[in-house]
Amino acid sequence: MTSAEIALFPHAASTTATQVDMLFFFLVTVCGSVTVLVALLLVYFSVRYRRRPGEVGNPTETHPSELLEWSWTLAPLVIFAVIFVWGARVYFDAYRPPDDAATIYVVGKQWMWKFQHPEGQREINTLHVPLGRPIRLVLTSEDVIHSLFVPDFRIHMDLLPERYSSVWFQATRLGMYRLFCSQYCGTNHAGMTGLVIVMEPADYEKWLHQGAEGSMALQGRKVFLKYRCAGCHSADGEARAPVLENLFGRSVVLNDGGVVKADENYLRESILYPSAKIVAGYENIMPTFKGQVSEEEIFQLIAFIRSLKTGQTPKRVESYPPPASTPPINTKDK
Amino acid sequence: MSTHAFDQPAGAAPGAEPPTNYLNASYSVTSWLLTTDHKRIALLYLLPITLMFFIGGVAISISRLSLMTPEGALVDADTYNKLFTIHGVIMVFFFLVPVIPSVLGNFFLPMMIGAKDLAFPRINLLSWYLYMLGAGWAAVAVLAGGVDTGWTFYTPYSSASSHYNVVMTMTGGVIAGFSSLLTGLNFIVTVHWLRAPGLNWFRLPIFVWTMYATSFIFLLAVPVLAMALILVIIERLWQIGIFDPALGGDPLLFQHLFWFYSHPAVYIMILPGMGVVSEVIPCFARKQLYGYKFVAYSSFGIACLGFFVWAHHMFVAGISLYAALIFSSLSFLVAVPSAIKVFNWTATLYKSSISFEAPMLFALGFVALFTFGGMAGLFLATLGVDMHVHDTYFVVAHFHFIMVGGMVLAYMAGLHYWWPKITGRMYSDWLSRLTAMIIFIGFFLTFLPQFVAGYNGMPRRYHMYAPEYQVWNVMSTAGASILGVGYVLPLFYMVGSLWSGKPAGRNPWHATGLEWQTASPPPTENFEQSPVVVRPPYQYHLEKAQNEP
Repeated sequence: MTSAEIALFPHAASTTATQVDMLFFFLVTVCGSVTVLVALLLVYFSVRYRRRPGEVGNPTETHPSELLEWSWTLAPLVIFAVIFVWGARVYFDAYRPPDDAATIYVVGKQWMWKFQHPEGQREINTLHVPLGRPIRLVLTSEDVIHSLFVPDFRIHMDLLPERYSSVWFQATRLGMYRLFCSQYCGTNHAGMTGLVIVMEPADYEKWLHQGAEGSMALQGRKVFLKYRCAGCHSADGEARAPVLENLFGRSVVLNDGGVVKADENYLRESILYPSAKIVAGYENIMPTFKGQVSEEEIFQLIAFIRSLKTGQTPKRVESYPPPASTPPINTKDK
Repeated sequence: MSTHAFDQPAGAAPGAEPPTNYLNASYSVTSWLLTTDHKRIALLYLLPITLMFFIGGVAISISRLSLMTPEGALVDADTYNKLFTIHGVIMVFFFLVPVIPSVLGNFFLPMMIGAKDLAFPRINLLSWYLYMLGAGWAAVAVLAGGVDTGWTFYTPYSSASSHYNVVMTMTGGVIAGFSSLLTGLNFIVTVHWLRAPGLNWFRLPIFVWTMYATSFIFLLAVPVLAMALILVIIERLWQIGIFDPALGGDPLLFQHLFWFYSHPAVYIMILPGMGVVSEVIPCFARKQLYGYKFVAYSSFGIACLGFFVWAHHMFVAGISLYAALIFSSLSFLVAVPSAIKVFNWTATLYKSSISFEAPMLFALGFVALFTFGGMAGLFLATLGVDMHVHDTYFVVAHFHFIMVGGMVLAYMAGLHYWWPKITGRMYSDWLSRLTAMIIFIGFFLTFLPQFVAGYNGMPRRYHMYAPEYQVWNVMSTAGASILGVGYVLPLFYMVGSLWSGKPAGRNPWHATGLEWQTASPPPTENFEQSPVVVRPPYQYHLEKAQNEP
């Protein structure tokens, strides 16, 4: 909804929006009926039992009915149970992305949105997405807490500093939709807005390849080399650090016996706080890269590690800048 | 609950010396500032709390006016942020939380149980000084440049980013919190120790029940708020990482601690209002309160369950999906006792005999607005809806329905109900009824459009907004100006009643309840002789009707 019309009801521009609206209308019907019932009773009793001039004495006592008390105690519970279960289903659907969702990386800062597509395209305060494809957003903040809110998609997720959160959507309607920061984040909070542009998939593909600096994985490869990561993560006989090939999404056994899933949060933590979780069989020798590598570079490194298949780890002798050829990208990222 | 028939004529005979009461017992300044009389302390609270209400009101009026146009018609971003912060901090910590306990509770809790004073009169005075200190502290913070974090003080914005007087404002909040805590302690001990002979627990008026439940929340929740705010202060002053992840802290930890206080605080604000309404409705309907025990127990149900729903403020904050399930289900549970109360108030009206003086109009307005706001609360407890309307004007509208539509109307009901007892004077009947209508209509006009703007996605705390939301904001601002008139009117007719009001007599509403069995204004020791209670409360069928002499 971008023209200066009156906002009467938001567009339902995602699969989630339709689900939320159905639930919303159910609630409006149920809660609305009870509210109207109470209001009508108040008005009816007020008129029917108003004290008339000349009326003498007080009304006689009516004795409260225990049955009535228990029924209006227990009846709401039944209705609430229905609403709760329905609401929980919609919520779980909104925060658990399907397996084939493409990932877009989002960094919020006072007062700006930065988006990176796996194919390498980067944008600020505008997010291009294809119609009809599930998109998973991985979100983080450079400073304070923000919240990504697209009313026409009915999606909402806070961006936390030093942590990744995520939400997903599938756009069902072409057009431009407002994007807000809804968590108060300082002076220009109201200016931290943007647009989501839903395009035909073919147009989106075309757009993705306009002036991109190479895929995020390739950019991540450059970062990997820039910080000399291959010196230890070399995936050869001399490697002093774990092999990163085929790592993403796998379970990793730690030296304290624990097991952790190699997801975005784990990779981020291992880059910034390497001694937090040590992989079984390795020494605690990695230095921290906190303060050196930016949030966007970390996202690029993660995209690179996601794409890394057997035999693709850069050789230790290889020096920055890398070769011009693009390594194959994990197709799930598209 | 009437016990003795005090059938002296209402008011003193013309020309006679007015009887000694708590107001004319002495006139010196120290007799007020060092008083341990709970009634005088209540009045000491009334003045600054009323002032706070109007300061908070002026702050939001400027912001509300500014929202007439999408670009923000009056103030820049920074000023707007400070204004809504002042509004929130003052209204929550210095008006809504203390107002009914400190003013009406202080005055009437001892009288309703037939006591001479609270159990610890000096601690009661200390509470007032703490409140004044906290309010003064916050006022200095505002004068020194203000604060822009919002009343929620979310980290790491409040601990690392905001450049304004966060530490000073929080200190004010902590001090005022201890004022409430001591008041709560005082009430609990008073209810246990000082009940009149014969006044067993199920003869207590519901107002006493709700005060008692509220006091427990004070006792359990205020220390947690104090801890959370002090930890932010420590982090800001000495850079010790608690909430700021850049220092190794956890920003969500703050939200957990903050809401562990601030959600029960919602019930601190609304329970006393429910208590007032449970007094007023039976009196003006001339009927026993329907389902007394259910209403009494549900107050405790609310107080207990209210402690276990705090994370419903965090459904999109990055908590685990399963935690969200637990907090959503508990939030539905806490709605049940509130529903019980609404149904019982409504049922009280059945086959009653209703007259519509101002207290009753405010009380009926409370039931209507509280029901509406509570229903909107169910939308927010529903995970699948909250994830859309979280942090939008839908939430703003919901909590103003409860806090302003509910709590402020209940306070007005209570103030109008007991004003004749406090001052011995009647205020203007028609002006007060008119005010009740103005506030009710102004309120609906202000906050109903915000539900629509909210579902359409207008976020809170925006000094400028997308143009499609303008029509809702203009309606809201128009409603707020009507509401403003409604709030200013009582200043005139209530203050005016002190000079020109008719003498009220002991019991102008022919109400049951011990507080009505003594003179208006009451003598310093409250009762000429200690009352003995032989009946449950609200036995209106045994009372005189209102139109009887």
